[in-house]
Amino acid sequence: MNTVVCIKRVPDSEARIKVAPDGQSIDPTGLKFIVSPYDEFAVEAALRLKEQSGGGETVALTLGDAAAGEQVRSVLAMGADRAIRLDGEGSPDGLSVARALASELRELGPDLILFGMKAMDDDQQQVGPMVAELLGLPCVTVVAELEAEDGKVLCHREIEGGTEVVELELPAVVTVTKGPYEPRYPSLKGIMAAKKKPLEEKPAEVPASRIKVRRYSEPPARPEGKIVGEGPDAVPELVRLLRDEAKVL
Amino acid sequence: MSRILAIAEQRDGALKRISQEVVTAARQVADGIGGEVDVVVVGAAGIGAAAKALGNYGADRVLAVEHEALGAYSPESYTKAIADQVQAGDYFAVLFPATAVGRDLAPRVAARLDVPLASEATALEIEGEELVIRRPVYAGKAFVDLTLDAAPRIVSVRANIFRAHESPREATVETVAAEPQPSKARVREVHAGAGDKPDVAEATVVVAGGRGLKDPENWKILEDLADALGDGVALGASRAVVDAGWRPHAEQVGQTGKVVSPQLYFAVALSGAIQHLAGMRTATTIVAVNKDPDAPIFKVADYGIVGDAFEVIPRLADEIRNARG
Ligand SMILES: Cc1cc2nc3c(=O)[nH]c(=O)nc-3n(C[C@H](O)[C@H](O)[C@H](O)COP(=O)(O)OP(=O)(O)OC[C@H]3O[C@@H](n4cnc5c(N)ncnc54)[C@H](O)[C@@H]3O)c2cc1C
Ligand SMILES: Nc1ncnc2c1ncn2[C@@H]1O[C@H](COP(=O)(O)O)[C@@H](O)[C@H]1O
Repeated sequence: MNTVVCIKRVPDSEARIKVAPDGQSIDPTGLKFIVSPYDEFAVEAALRLKEQSGGGETVALTLGDAAAGEQVRSVLAMGADRAIRLDGEGSPDGLSVARALASELRELGPDLILFGMKAMDDDQQQVGPMVAELLGLPCVTVVAELEAEDGKVLCHREIEGGTEVVELELPAVVTVTKGPYEPRYPSLKGIMAAKKKPLEEKPAEVPASRIKVRRYSEPPARPEGKIVGEGPDAVPELVRLLRDEAKVL
Repeated sequence: MSRILAIAEQRDGALKRISQEVVTAARQVADGIGGEVDVVVVGAAGIGAAAKALGNYGADRVLAVEHEALGAYSPESYTKAIADQVQAGDYFAVLFPATAVGRDLAPRVAARLDVPLASEATALEIEGEELVIRRPVYAGKAFVDLTLDAAPRIVSVRANIFRAHESPREATVETVAAEPQPSKARVREVHAGAGDKPDVAEATVVVAGGRGLKDPENWKILEDLADALGDGVALGASRAVVDAGWRPHAEQVGQTGKVVSPQLYFAVALSGAIQHLAGMRTATTIVAVNKDPDAPIFKVADYGIVGDAFEVIPRLADEIRNARG
């Protein structure tokens, strides 16, 4: 099975996000960057599918500037066979990103296209199903675990009040959430091997964003809370506050 | 072009509560531009009659796409049904609920109509002629205000932010014919989860536990607290307990779990790591119980008790039962 995994470079989940003084962007000073965590889950799912189905190649695809090469290498080190970086800036408009990725994916024509459920920077949760729509492919979102079955994949997903298994005909698009498997850590051997794996770079065609950013802002600080007391003796007072002050009981 | 379209969501023929919130948000935008609110609901026969009640929250007209094959969500059929209604209506804006279904559907409808989508809005304002949308980014560590340079403006709204607000009127109901679409995805098995608790992302009260509870058996004290708080209370969990296999991922709150905005959030024996806070810092009232007075959760909590959860939580359940009578 040939799989393409779309990955994005995003700030580390520990990062403190500061808005630039003009409010037009996020201040990049001191930020560490990682592969978006859900995209790592997608890479892990792709590698397991390949191991299970015993063949095909796993390609990592990203849209990003030269700095994103670092994240692409780390996915190669995890075990992807080759990578493509569409050189350009991402966009706050998921549909522009989806169009740029879709034109490359149309050429690649893989059996399966994996996305993270959402990118951990703009949190739009939209690029995957948009690509499916643009390519006219079926799509299952928020999948925790994938299994190969001839000409199909089985998608295990959480639904309200339980889980379900969806049988999906290939070619198809799947967006991946956190599943039962921790993404593998690149081994030293993997890191060495990654240096020799093909990384193709080509200009991206990203349509102009139709999402116009007015300003970024930091969330309002939560009002100063109070420690009601210590141990179970503080409970009656807590209940009184919840009832009379917060009015939530 | 001054109509707003609200997408209502149903499950098993009953409207979901978030439909009232989406209509409330749509009413607010419509009032800002002097417009009217249409609602589209897709479902089996009779769903239009159920959606008429959305007139209470400001819907002027309900368009019910009814078909026996559309009782349960199907991406292909629902995308077509809703995209057709959006195209027929010349809308200023279309609001989806940011639920599991809405998050699947809204991007498809937007891509089919070739318009951008702003996901997970937490505020909508009319400024001049424009709709300014506020949405969280970087897992709630920042917000962005944006406008959409397209018509209609497609937005999904986060649960529990636009609290349902009555603005009663008599909604008309029109039934629209549907054409179910073939699908290459087929549900093979459904496994019911344990218990009957609502989804943590949609509940108004959440009781969440962390690694400090030490054993999955000990969740019974949280379940008892949830019961004491009444119906519709969801359980939540930190990633540490999900990774340990104590609780299902569906309950995880945070950056790689659900983002929740309940009215009341209990954080019990969890430290309040930055990735956890990202998922719950917009709760209206946060209560923390932790034996470490320096736990970061106390920095965001409105009320805290420093103490042992095994002593505090059972007492809390009792006192809440007493208080609620
Ligand atoms: C990329 C990434 C994504 C992540 N996503 C998430 C996410 O979505 N959600 C999430 O929660 N975490 C997430 N994490 C993990 C996060 O960093 C923390 O490791 C995790 O939240 C810790 O869980 P915890 O608070 O249950 O455990 P701990 O940090 O171990 O805290 C346990 C707490 O229990 C208290 N305690 C112990 N015994 C008692 C007692 N008897 N009574 C009262 N209090 C007691 C302790 O004082 C302590 O504060 C993520 C991490 C990464 C790197
Ligand atoms: N610039 C990008 N390059 C490659 N993949 C991307 C990019 N942006 C988003 N994606 C993919 O789309 C998913 C969802 O992103 P989003 O809709 O922005 O939350 C991500 O998890 C990635 O798999």
